[in-house]
Amino acid sequence: MTNVIEIKNLSKSFGSHEVLRDVNFSVKKGEVVCLIGSSGSGKSTLLRCVNLLETPSGGNIIYNGENILDSKHNVEQYRTHLGMVFQQFNLFNNLNVIDNCTVGQQKVLKRSKAEAIEKAMKYLEVVGMAQYKNAKPRQLSGGQKQRVAIARALAMDPDVMLFDEPTSALDPEMVGEVLKVMRMLASQGNTMLIVTHEMEFAREVADRIVFMDKGVIVEEGHPDQVLVNPQHERTKEFLKRTLKS
Amino acid sequence: MNLETIISILQNSWPMFLRGAYMTLAIAVISTIIGAFIGFFIGIMHTIPMKSLSLKTVLLKIGNFLLTCYVEIFRGTPMIVQAMVVFYGLYAYGIELNRFVAALVVVGLNTGAYMAEIVRGGIVSVDKGQYEAAQAIGMNHVQTMIYVVLPQVARNILPATGNQLIMNIKDSAVLSVISVAELFFQTKSVGGANFKYAESFLIASIMYLIMTFTATRLLRVMERRLDGPNAYKVDKESEGQIQ
Repeated sequence: MTNVIEIKNLSKSFGSHEVLRDVNFSVKKGEVVCLIGSSGSGKSTLLRCVNLLETPSGGNIIYNGENILDSKHNVEQYRTHLGMVFQQFNLFNNLNVIDNCTVGQQKVLKRSKAEAIEKAMKYLEVVGMAQYKNAKPRQLSGGQKQRVAIARALAMDPDVMLFDEPTSALDPEMVGEVLKVMRMLASQGNTMLIVTHEMEFAREVADRIVFMDKGVIVEEGHPDQVLVNPQHERTKEFLKRTLKS
Repeated sequence: MNLETIISILQNSWPMFLRGAYMTLAIAVISTIIGAFIGFFIGIMHTIPMKSLSLKTVLLKIGNFLLTCYVEIFRGTPMIVQAMVVFYGLYAYGIELNRFVAALVVVGLNTGAYMAEIVRGGIVSVDKGQYEAAQAIGMNHVQTMIYVVLPQVARNILPATGNQLIMNIKDSAVLSVISVAELFFQTKSVGGANFKYAESFLIASIMYLIMTFTATRLLRVMERRLDGPNAYKVDKESEGQIQ
């Protein structure tokens, strides 16, 4: 299996505060990787560095063999290969559901309107939101918004899907519907990088779990290994705290 | 002051009032539109992200400085003074502006100065997540602005723009100092001819009120139109199940 994304010696500082230190890791094609760790451990920042919503302070990001931090590299073009799902959904407030899913296809990928709508409807059906195609974001519940956001990202046909705590802003009863969609995507062989606090979910879908603490990767491996039989003291401590609640 | 006098003034001079009202409305509407364009231009210029130091950012900074000067000058001086300076200033250089054009220039530039701040505020208040989502699907800054941010700004600043329109309907009265034949100027002429100033201006004030009130209502309707219906049609044919 080839690496889709490879991160080498990545560091990120906000002012004098070092959020990421010398992070190395990679995502293989078809792999589902879950990033876990306590708040402030840098996992969200790492995810945001992957699609350059945060500019890394140092290191390299290699995508399909190309260094995308090279100044000559087209950032916008690179981002179309990554689908991003945000904690706060971030649907475009001025557009209805279907337009949310077609605007990127039409304006960035230059697809025809008919093609964009067909693709959007396909993925809206996948996430069970096709019947709400004319609704505005403000008319939807959190879970519905997040499912539309997933469809919007999928409609761009990305190589990798990035999820930044996709269920953290949801009411408990809506977490299930979003996780259900994500489980299905994972089972269909999509490459996914997920920042999550849902340990049960991570254990179930992840091919690999990466535990981060204080800006470094402490431990990574198969879910059974990291979650059931952690090797590091910090991982054990974290799991004890999260699994208790 | 009695009703009979008012009716007789209207009978004798209604075309002058109507022409004045028409002129007032034309100046207010056109210059609000001009001002909105200026405001959007400056608001956008002021919010272009400047990452690295290059020739482009230096030029942008100089441009923004000049635009800020313009905003401060036009917000910081009375419109009546601006009208005198623009009209007689240009006249001194041998340029005799059509009075209507001069009116549009003065009120337009004045509105633009206020709208610049309104638009900037509107852009800044759009949630950061909207920019990030647009960037994440590969939009560049221009696309993000056109398809995501500015439509939201336009909707959000509509009430403030309406306010500007209403102010322009009223404040265009000061243009009588450069003899623009708007409602105030016309009313003064009517009053000067019949020596019934109070009655004539009572008529004018009612006409101003009708214009501003109508404008307010029309803008409300426009706001509601832009928001679209509160209900949406659920497409019964497609299933709501997660596949």
